[in-house]
Amino acid sequence: MADYYFHLDQLTVGYNGKPLISDIEIGIKRGEIVTLIGPNGAGKSTILKSISRQLEIIGGRVEFDGTEIREYSYKDLSCKMAVVLTERLKPELMTCHDVVATGRYPYTGRLGILSEEDEQKVENAMKAVHAEELGGRDFNAISDGQRQRVLLARAICQEPDIILLDEPTSFLDIRHKLELLAILRNMAKASNITVIMSLHEIDLAMKISDRILCIKGDHIFKEGTPDEVFEENLIRELYSIDNGFFDPLFGSIELPRPKGEAKTLVLSSGGTGILVYRQLQKQNIPFIAGVLYQNDIDYQLARLLAAEVIVEKPFMPISETVKQKALEAVRACDRVINAGVTIGESNAAMKEILSLAEQEGKLETIGS
Amino acid sequence: MRCLLVFAILIAAVFIILILNINTGNVHISVGRIFEILFTGNGNKDEVNIIWKIRLPRIIMGALLGGALALSGFLLQTFFENPIAGPFVLGISSGAKMVVAVMMIVYIQRFGRVSSWALIIAAFVGALISTGFILLVSRTVKNMSALLVAGIMIGYICSAATEFLITFAQDSDIVNLHGWSQGSFSGMNWSNVQITAIIVGVTFVLTFMMSKPISAFQLGEAYAQSMGVNVKRFRVCLILLSSILSATVTAFAGPISFVGIAVPFLIKRMLNTAKPLVVIPATFLGGAVFCMGCDLIARMAFAPTELNISTVTSVFGAPIVIFMLVRRQKSR
Repeated sequence: MADYYFHLDQLTVGYNGKPLISDIEIGIKRGEIVTLIGPNGAGKSTILKSISRQLEIIGGRVEFDGTEIREYSYKDLSCKMAVVLTERLKPELMTCHDVVATGRYPYTGRLGILSEEDEQKVENAMKAVHAEELGGRDFNAISDGQRQRVLLARAICQEPDIILLDEPTSFLDIRHKLELLAILRNMAKASNITVIMSLHEIDLAMKISDRILCIKGDHIFKEGTPDEVFEENLIRELYSIDNGFFDPLFGSIELPRPKGEAKTLVLSSGGTGILVYRQLQKQNIPFIAGVLYQNDIDYQLARLLAAEVIVEKPFMPISETVKQKALEAVRACDRVINAGVTIGESNAAMKEILSLAEQEGKLETIGS
Repeated sequence: MRCLLVFAILIAAVFIILILNINTGNVHISVGRIFEILFTGNGNKDEVNIIWKIRLPRIIMGALLGGALALSGFLLQTFFENPIAGPFVLGISSGAKMVVAVMMIVYIQRFGRVSSWALIIAAFVGALISTGFILLVSRTVKNMSALLVAGIMIGYICSAATEFLITFAQDSDIVNLHGWSQGSFSGMNWSNVQITAIIVGVTFVLTFMMSKPISAFQLGEAYAQSMGVNVKRFRVCLILLSSILSATVTAFAGPISFVGIAVPFLIKRMLNTAKPLVVIPATFLGGAVFCMGCDLIARMAFAPTELNISTVTSVFGAPIVIFMLVRRQKSR
């Protein structure tokens, strides 16, 4: 255990002495990105506030670089730890440069006057987040995305070993989300800065994090690498999802499949079905997807959206049973949509299925 | 550059108003003679007396107390993260006034007179009592307007208590109390000036030394702490300093309204920055100019009748506060 850089040891956190989450246990190495996920109000912020000493720790220890966090003086801690908080700042008459420069606070003298070197570091931090052109602008007059970058620059020029961020991607559009996370990853990997943050976007959390901490109720629901954590059922349980899906493979989120008896059959292969599935999903039409090989990309989505999937094992000719099932489906359905099936040797049976649909006058071909 | 200009203007304004103040009054004394009397000491005996015994202590007192008041307002605004906070609005001046009234009535009845120090300490205690109440309320009420209403109510309660005391006090005490409780710079002497200069001077230096944590606090409590500020200790320091400042003012000149809000606001707009390093000295100078100017108007507008200083500061200060509120709404 001793080789962990940041170690939450049987930590209990909460407000006003009332424990909210207990027995938090995680060891973090230097340069790792750790993300807290969990439903709203689960206590992600509470944990972040407790390990940054804004809240009294109720029980257990937070070991940081070999020292219990409460043994640091505020000043020493400020040279090692920076925060980006979720509360919206409205400073009076401060330019972005002024806001970033507050990051140098622990290093300036009695009156807080910036040296040449400090100015240089402020400049560099602004550059690191691509905000150098914002320097002279009023902090209250910039967009949310810019504001978040400026606050990150502030944290960077504090030259911390660890940065804590509370929902840094809230209020940001997709481009700025990606940009921000890319900056964080770069920081963690290039400068060996440890990042602990909370995120709402589990898909992004999965892609950026080295470790994930799932919080639910009064305990840690699960802790581990993204591979360990992002398992469909676990995520569904964590967020108590009873309608909709999370696809752990691509980290995508899907709405629940349409209910009712499926009267539409979609035939596709190699990704041609995806657009059709989504279209039907939006129109709330239940459908059957077929005949898909398990390694077909269409299969990954059909699994989540289709009322039924007619499947065959990869690289095998379509078996008689599967073919019969498909023909059955053609007869039962009112519409058969050919979303663009590539027919080769192994799936030659598709010809037969398509021609039955043709005969019955149910076939609609897309893209022809 | 802009800062230098603002400071130059403020310092020039201090001198101009200073001279103007000494110059005007029932007895008009020309500028040339003022310099003669101030620097060489010889001149008409009456004029020397008027300048040295009446006008100069009064004007210096006005400058010191005005600066103190404005600075106290700035500190409270920092503390409550709220630009409308000030010693008068939050009922701190009224609290100080109440305890001073008790002191004056009870003390004078028993001992005949009260020393300046006793008055200051009484005012300080009163200021802390009011501040304590505000803090108590602010623990549960985070909303800015609710906090202000609480402050105004505390002000009314303290005023009611003071009125109550006055109703049952003896006539001779009331005469004393009445003029004072309305706020005025009249009747200041050099020993008052000396005491005030020491207290305000020391507090000013301490405040100036705190400009670094104050600047951190402008980003909010949580960020300040993450920058290494011991927030608890810092808050105690802020409250003590601002209470000392407003208590000193109240002890000598009674409650004076709106200076604490209007001056820091105007100064920040003039400087176009909120950096405490420049705002603190500029606010002090601005407060001095504002109060000296208001005192001049109080003395001269309906001469020989003098107005209360608070009447004049309200006339100029209150519209500025309304303007601030309107602007805040707009920028939202």
